[in-house]
Amino acid sequence: MDFSFNEDQIAILDAVKEFCDEELAPKAEQTDAAGCWPAENVSKLAELDLMGIPVSEEYGGLGMDFLTWAAVGEELSRSCTTTGAVYGAHLLAVFPIMHFGSEEQKQKYLAPLAKGGKIGAFGLTEPGAGSDAGAVSTKAVLDGDHYVLNGSKIFISNGGEAEVYVIIATSDPSRGARGLSAFIVERGTPGFEFGRDEKKMAFPSLPNRELIFADCRVPKENLLGRERAGFLVAMRTLGVGRIGMAIGAVGVARAALEAAVPYSRQREQFGKPISTFQAVQFMLADMATEVDAARLLTWRSAWLKDQGKPFEKEAAMAKLYASEVAMRVTTKAVQIFGGYGYTREFPVERYMREAKLFEIVEGTSEVQRMVIANHVIRELGR
Amino acid sequence: MNIVVCIKQVPETTEVSVDPETNALVREGVDSIVNPVDENAIEAALLLREAHGGKVTVVTMGPPQAEEALRHALAMGADEGILLSDPASRGSDTLATSYTLARMVRKLGEVDLVLCGRQAIDGDTGQVGPGLAERLGAPQVTFAIELEVSDGKLRARRVLDDFFEVLEVSLPAVVTVVKQMNEPRRPSMRNLLKAKRAEITKWSLADLDADSTQTGFEGSPTQVIRVWPPAKRSGGRRLEGAPDEIAAEIAKVIRDVKLASG
Repeated sequence: MDFSFNEDQIAILDAVKEFCDEELAPKAEQTDAAGCWPAENVSKLAELDLMGIPVSEEYGGLGMDFLTWAAVGEELSRSCTTTGAVYGAHLLAVFPIMHFGSEEQKQKYLAPLAKGGKIGAFGLTEPGAGSDAGAVSTKAVLDGDHYVLNGSKIFISNGGEAEVYVIIATSDPSRGARGLSAFIVERGTPGFEFGRDEKKMAFPSLPNRELIFADCRVPKENLLGRERAGFLVAMRTLGVGRIGMAIGAVGVARAALEAAVPYSRQREQFGKPISTFQAVQFMLADMATEVDAARLLTWRSAWLKDQGKPFEKEAAMAKLYASEVAMRVTTKAVQIFGGYGYTREFPVERYMREAKLFEIVEGTSEVQRMVIANHVIRELGR
Repeated sequence: MNIVVCIKQVPETTEVSVDPETNALVREGVDSIVNPVDENAIEAALLLREAHGGKVTVVTMGPPQAEEALRHALAMGADEGILLSDPASRGSDTLATSYTLARMVRKLGEVDLVLCGRQAIDGDTGQVGPGLAERLGAPQVTFAIELEVSDGKLRARRVLDDFFEVLEVSLPAVVTVVKQMNEPRRPSMRNLLKAKRAEITKWSLADLDADSTQTGFEGSPTQVIRVWPPAKRSGGRRLEGAPDEIAAEIAKVIRDVKLASG
């Protein structure tokens, strides 16, 4: 296993780090407090060619690997969690079109997504279908040259702001997971509306909206992959998406650690900086170790993906571990800040609220354990 | 428009140390960057190219690693980078540097505008731009904050200590720019990767038909007798207490200082 970075990757990561430190981090608080789409940040990501890192140059991407995409995602998330989340959600439309799209679909949709001129979103979750993807009830019925979509999706990240949606619907409800199909739906298609934007525990500037399809006619050529192959599209997309969520979790955990260390050196109690107390040192040691371990698990899953090897189990492990690390590390950071950590004067209470997202989104910790257990039992149970 | 931007690679940190033997800056272990205000000059050139078309050529003289500074300019969007690297140009002061740069500009043929940053953060002389204008026999505008080109003329707004001055000069001209002029663009990742692979044109003094008495140590009448870092400022005093108490204390300190200095 070798995920040392080459010269190109180092150049990109250095430039991204500089951008994050100079432009994203200083206004991360404002970006969060604004409670609205971080349009300026998103267009900067597009200008810097960061919206299509793993897409081939032919389609307007950078032609780099998923490891680079993941490492960039960590920098974005640790400097501005909201911007990192938009970046992660965008890939959920980029990836399935890149992987399953026809040449025409790639020209029409992938290229503008990769260049960042358009933003993407992925719609699977419904009121009655989340962990159980096979229970999707949004229907897609072929009618002449169109599929007619009816139903709704909820919690869709980038919803309303994105222009291109990859939607999972059922073309044969009797067949459960095997009846699902994937579609590319453009914002503005008649019959495609946006419903409520959820008020969440954190991430007020990240839209998580309801998508409503009422006799929405989607051109036949927007079927993504084969008909009734939608479950595969969804699972593959979630597989990569898990790497994205894991790296978002590593990012927020690192932000908490990087806030806690200088604070512990500056905050004095009993006449000494609290960083000189072993109780605090042990917390910092555990935090740093766990962030590192979470990052390495995540990088391994991205590296496996780049090698064309199976990575689903490893991505589930990374997502499970990194999100739980994010929760533990941000909680410890609040503890180190003490009373101040509980106030909105400092960002650590926000990190703690944000971290919780990662244990839920894109497959809860329980679903990740199911996925991992299935792999482990299959591999080792004979 | 054919625009030439002269840039310099400088050490990143402002806490440079000086080698007591040679009186030269110690560069080992210090990252190098493009002199910050030179980035403003590059940005100004790119904006003029966007408005009027043409080509932006970036030139520098320095050791082989100064190539990195040119790559940064290419990543920002410059068309070509030329490095004058020649052991015989070592020790060049501002006179020899402006001579050498002038030879480079001349070799480039038809040039409409030469842009430089107002001064470098290491040497801080601010002499190379004006020297270059003299050598080229071109009008010079220093400390420009705004540029406008039309009908073969350049209108520039200069920032001076207490006022602005607007000058109009014919082209070709040499202009030095100030930091407040613009916000240098951040290279996109695509340009960054492209710049890493770009060919950098390399010239030696022989390519310039340079007069050896005007380059390097020989062409540099400036002798640095001694260089030393400014004395470190003391830590200062931190005042604590209620705002009015602090204000009273500050007033007292100022009064004492004034009395002491008479």
